[in-house]
Amino acid sequence: MKTFTLGGVHPEENKLSADKAIEVLPLPEKVYVPVSQSLGAPSKVVVEKGATVKTGQLIAKGESFISANVHSPVSGKVVKIDDVIDSSGYKRQAVFIDVVGDEWEESIDRSPEIISEITAERDTIIKKINELGVVGLGGATFPSHVKLMVPDGKKAEYLLINGVECEPYLTADHRLMLEKGEEMMIGISILKKALGVSKAFIGIENNKPDAIEHLRKLCTRYQGIDVIPLKVKYPQGGEKQLIKAVVNREVPSGKLPIEVGCVVNNVGTALAVYEAIQKNKPLIERIVTVTGKSVTKPSNFMVRIGTPVSLLIESAGGLPENTGKVISGGPMMGKALTSLEAPVVKGTSGILIMPVEESKRTQVLNCIRCGRCITACPMGLEPVLLAQLSENLMFERAEAERIMDCIECGSCHYTCPAGRPLLDYLRLGKNKTGLLIRNRGKK
Amino acid sequence: MSLLTISGSPHVHTQQSVKSIMYGVVIAMIPAIFVSVYFFGIDAARVLLISVLGCLFFEWLIQKYLIKGPVTINDGSALVTGVLLAFNVPSNLPAWIIILGALVSIGIGKMSFGGLGKNPFNPALVGRVFLLISFPVQMTSWPMPKALFGEGITDAITGPTTLGILKEGLDAGKTVQEIMASPNFPGYVNDLMGAQAGSLGEISALALLLGALFMLTRKIITWHIPTAYIGSAVIFSGILWMIDPTQFIDPLMHLLAGGMILGVFFMATDMVSSPMTAKGQIVFGVGAGLLTIVIRVWGAYPEGVSFAILIMNAFTPLINNMFKPKRFGEVVKNG
Repeated sequence: MKTFTLGGVHPEENKLSADKAIEVLPLPEKVYVPVSQSLGAPSKVVVEKGATVKTGQLIAKGESFISANVHSPVSGKVVKIDDVIDSSGYKRQAVFIDVVGDEWEESIDRSPEIISEITAERDTIIKKINELGVVGLGGATFPSHVKLMVPDGKKAEYLLINGVECEPYLTADHRLMLEKGEEMMIGISILKKALGVSKAFIGIENNKPDAIEHLRKLCTRYQGIDVIPLKVKYPQGGEKQLIKAVVNREVPSGKLPIEVGCVVNNVGTALAVYEAIQKNKPLIERIVTVTGKSVTKPSNFMVRIGTPVSLLIESAGGLPENTGKVISGGPMMGKALTSLEAPVVKGTSGILIMPVEESKRTQVLNCIRCGRCITACPMGLEPVLLAQLSENLMFERAEAERIMDCIECGSCHYTCPAGRPLLDYLRLGKNKTGLLIRNRGKK
Repeated sequence: MSLLTISGSPHVHTQQSVKSIMYGVVIAMIPAIFVSVYFFGIDAARVLLISVLGCLFFEWLIQKYLIKGPVTINDGSALVTGVLLAFNVPSNLPAWIIILGALVSIGIGKMSFGGLGKNPFNPALVGRVFLLISFPVQMTSWPMPKALFGEGITDAITGPTTLGILKEGLDAGKTVQEIMASPNFPGYVNDLMGAQAGSLGEISALALLLGALFMLTRKIITWHIPTAYIGSAVIFSGILWMIDPTQFIDPLMHLLAGGMILGVFFMATDMVSSPMTAKGQIVFGVGAGLLTIVIRVWGAYPEGVSFAILIMNAFTPLINNMFKPKRFGEVVKNG
């Protein structure tokens, strides 16, 4: 069975909500919709305080090439445009909407009927994906239209669909593949058409045999789409690792997947593309896993963007007594929330509640030079050396040792027997080294 | 609600800790401890106890009164050093020499560099080599073990190690075959089981291999250094043996006699003083294997494992610098 070759770790899977069907979360009373929900430039608010909005109405417009539109996830009244603390812990501009009813934009097709015939042409597809605010739902929230516009001189050969879900605990993508497989397949066909490729591969780790089987059956009806089962290993869902595992190509250092003829999209993105193109529906809701060892009712919810995290936790049985940490995302790359009022955004794949005893970091001991971080690094770096260089502010050396290749997967810190916060140092080092490189460019 | 904990990712961690690694090594040494007590009696237990207590005591003393920092004697690393030091000395060594060895191991070998993780050389080997050079008589008077089965020679009598017998005989102009045929030569089976004169922990290859298997399956050590070490030693000694089997010892005897298996699995693999990348570990192992045979065949000492490992320890920083891991996306192979 295929997998990537370099490094990797095997954290406990803990997929507690894998057999829980997607439930539609009841509408919240109010939502906070951050205007910057994707990688790239923040979008500009186009509604005013006091305005009445419909579900699916444009409320913030992306104005540069790499930015994305944001639509109202609910109908109601704009109360204010103010800062909200999002999952990163920073204040971000957001549109506060009090929910009134659920009145949708008329252009959106809300019928349950699945439309499989793809009539839109390549240009229309890209334009609509851009207009309807579709971004990568794997976590990095890269605006999807950008990925579909292959630069001159490059050629896309393969479309890779990321159904790996290598983060422990999370099951949103798993449930999506099981319950929205048909729509997803159409979404993949649309992406194929936009890219002009004849072959798409869906990479799925073999801890989801039901999803593999289900999609394999569907594949018989969709030409040029294959399911590739992958051996479980973190971080297989990393773009570069997935490409290596599925088509055995290595994206060169500092380059994008298109360099080796690949474009990678998440299964959630494929569904969002289906809804945008076939149903005219902007990206206003997503599947979020709410889970944790002490959570009474681990669940997978279909949630409107902007819903406060507290409401999701309530619907999963409430915040457990022994809660120590609440994480937006999975345990390997997720962010610890500072406030439970943080809104669900396009990139929120899960809410993980950790008990107190698992929340504290272990004591930091001397490095025993065991080299486990080097063995674990999927990018072939030496985390121990890079952390040391960062600690000593030797960023030029760190650059030469390829610190910028770090994908921040956390395998090094995970595997360190001395409990050293290697990734903390690497993040610092990447930040400072990046600054160094940018300043050099200016001179 | 109480405040939420905030920290950077990752939020989960492996179960393996410095403690679990160190105590894992100790568990792996238990078979060899039993063998040493079986063959050398209460004397072996005496050496082990003094060495372990000595190492723990000096680490505590230095951390508490000299460095005035946190005391970490329960992390298991001083315990490992203590057992390894005992493994590397004869069972009749006077107590004061053992204590001196513990002081050198912990004080000079480890704490003078900053404690666990900072020492360039394996602390137990630093202590052992210090004792070997300072007290050559006491360090090379090996009590005879009792026989593998039934009544044996009393342990009051001392005699040379298997490698010592071979070295002496070869120097006297005998052939390997003549030496191995003599009645006082232990032979392959005795060397495998432990019925040979030698340091506490090195006598039974079998007991050590059991421990090694435990460490490999528990992922405490990796295969790289042991395979490279044994591989290069076997190939190099095998070539010599094929050139002249009367003058050179065969590879199997090289493995079973002396401290090769102990050194390969328990001291060359010491993570602090060995290289960190797989490539580097293979280079390290090959170097140590070659040096061991060179010292055994042409050196003044019959045994070369300690020196070989210490010399390679000195090369570790250089090896770490020269043998980098394969970076992702560096060599692009498409297809």
